[in-house]
Amino acid sequence: MEINYLAAYQLKEKLVKREISCTDIVKSVYSRIDDVEEKLNSYIRLERKGALKKAGEVDRLIDVGNKVADFTGIPLAIKDNMCTENINTTCASRILENYVPIYNATVIEKLTEQNYILAGKANMDEFAMGSSNENSYFGPVKNPWDTGRVPGGSSGGPAACVAAGEAICSLGSDTGGSIRQPASLCGIVGFKPTYGRVSRYGLVAFASSLDQIGPLTRNVRDCAALLNVICGHDKNDSTSIDVEVPDFKKCLESDIKNMKIGVPVELMVEGIDSEVREAVRKTLKLIEDMGGEVEEVSIPSLEHALSVYYIIAPSEASSNLSRFDGVRYGYRNMEQKTLRKMYRKSRAEGFGNEVKRRIMIGTYCLSAGYYDAYYEKAQRVRTLIINDFKKAFKKYDVLISPTSPTTAFKVGERIDDPLTMYLSDICTIPVNLAGLPAISIPAGLSSSGLPIGVQIIGDILREDNVLRAAYSLEEAISFKSRPGL
Amino acid sequence: MKRISKEDVKYVAKLAELEFDDKETEEFTSQLDKILDHIANISSVNTEGIPPTSHVLDVKNVFREDVVKKSVTQESALKNAPDRQSNGFKVPKID
Repeated sequence: MEINYLAAYQLKEKLVKREISCTDIVKSVYSRIDDVEEKLNSYIRLERKGALKKAGEVDRLIDVGNKVADFTGIPLAIKDNMCTENINTTCASRILENYVPIYNATVIEKLTEQNYILAGKANMDEFAMGSSNENSYFGPVKNPWDTGRVPGGSSGGPAACVAAGEAICSLGSDTGGSIRQPASLCGIVGFKPTYGRVSRYGLVAFASSLDQIGPLTRNVRDCAALLNVICGHDKNDSTSIDVEVPDFKKCLESDIKNMKIGVPVELMVEGIDSEVREAVRKTLKLIEDMGGEVEEVSIPSLEHALSVYYIIAPSEASSNLSRFDGVRYGYRNMEQKTLRKMYRKSRAEGFGNEVKRRIMIGTYCLSAGYYDAYYEKAQRVRTLIINDFKKAFKKYDVLISPTSPTTAFKVGERIDDPLTMYLSDICTIPVNLAGLPAISIPAGLSSSGLPIGVQIIGDILREDNVLRAAYSLEEAISFKSRPGL
Repeated sequence: MKRISKEDVKYVAKLAELEFDDKETEEFTSQLDKILDHIANISSVNTEGIPPTSHVLDVKNVFREDVVKKSVTQESALKNAPDRQSNGFKVPKID
């Protein structure tokens, strides 16, 4: 039995029945890490010692009759932009290489209450900016299905390590597709909840009106269970929503009958790989076979989503990243004799190229004379996109589209052409702009054996519909392939 | 039409507290030009009477009671400082 490839819910059962110990689980995960991590680079920092120690503690707690919660004793990888007390949190950037948080992110506190195990801090694109995980100061992550290819990004590490069995589940963050696109390219499940469902307290901010934390798992049931843990209002994040959180595990009904499904035609155009479109069509056919109603729908404003995103996200990033000035934390060039020179040298040496590029775009869009034409205009077009989605959700329970226009591309293929790289997120970006919940689940393999993902989008706070559709489809698609690594 | 010149890039870099050498400036100018050219297409969208989005949900200002609570200690606040002197962050001369 490969313990490291079991689902969290299966492990829980075995822990409760005392068939395995938490130490067994951690050892199994680490033995896999020893085998494949060198090829993948999906972690920036491993917590082997801490994980084993914690596992021993959890085993003793279970011994004396403590309750086993859904993630008790489960090794998770945490994207390295979520603060972990006394454990380095680098954002895959030189500027935070030695940063040691003095507090835990809210999501970490919530997992800690369940006695989860921190397997390690997962690699990512620097400050979550990128779609290939090639922008990490600690080196690129490779796709477990083909190590000559990228795992997607920016949560490339969290996706690769779950797909490769180096963790049971992980947490990522999604600003324009950073959970769903890598999940799609690595053949796993990735969920971005409604904006504000999960507290962003302790998540290093990239674009505050878009960022959201979410789970990456190997099945929909684990995804729902992890959502149960991390969702909920937090007084430390005033943008988190103060509404009741349903029990997402109860949404796992295998019944799609009479569900109304819209397929945005704008996301099924030529620019999307024909094999990807074919996989989506097959999925839609499965839905119809199960009694769901599928219809094409036009959402015209989607055409502008990429432009809107590449104004709003860099603008917010340029503001958020101004805090990295070498004064209170982070890298400082110690040679400089005056303050401004110190700022400039520290930032120039601390940030990588993609981060600088986005700071420049954002600063330009917010600068005097351009603010109205770019930032404010983008926020108005964003309202149009939101309105269009609202209209669509009056008619449909969920929308379905490809997650990524292509399967995993080759390492180095797009890195010198930022605009082409940005197009990797064309199907996921609109969802963030409208704050909607969406999942990516594996729909099959391409002719060259690479995973293809489909995206299921729900209305604001309707994670239940997304999970119901995803759970039904997961069963119907029955994707059992695993990377041959 | 060129949307951004090398001089613009140098100026924006200054605003952003970044600096580039000549080669980088050249590279960034051509890349930013392409990106700006792409994103500028939203100028053609009719947004008359459409308000800008601030929060995707209808969330208004969030207030809380102003109560004194325990805060981080000076020592932990200074823990990550690259340079310090007694209880403060130390920086080079302000120019």
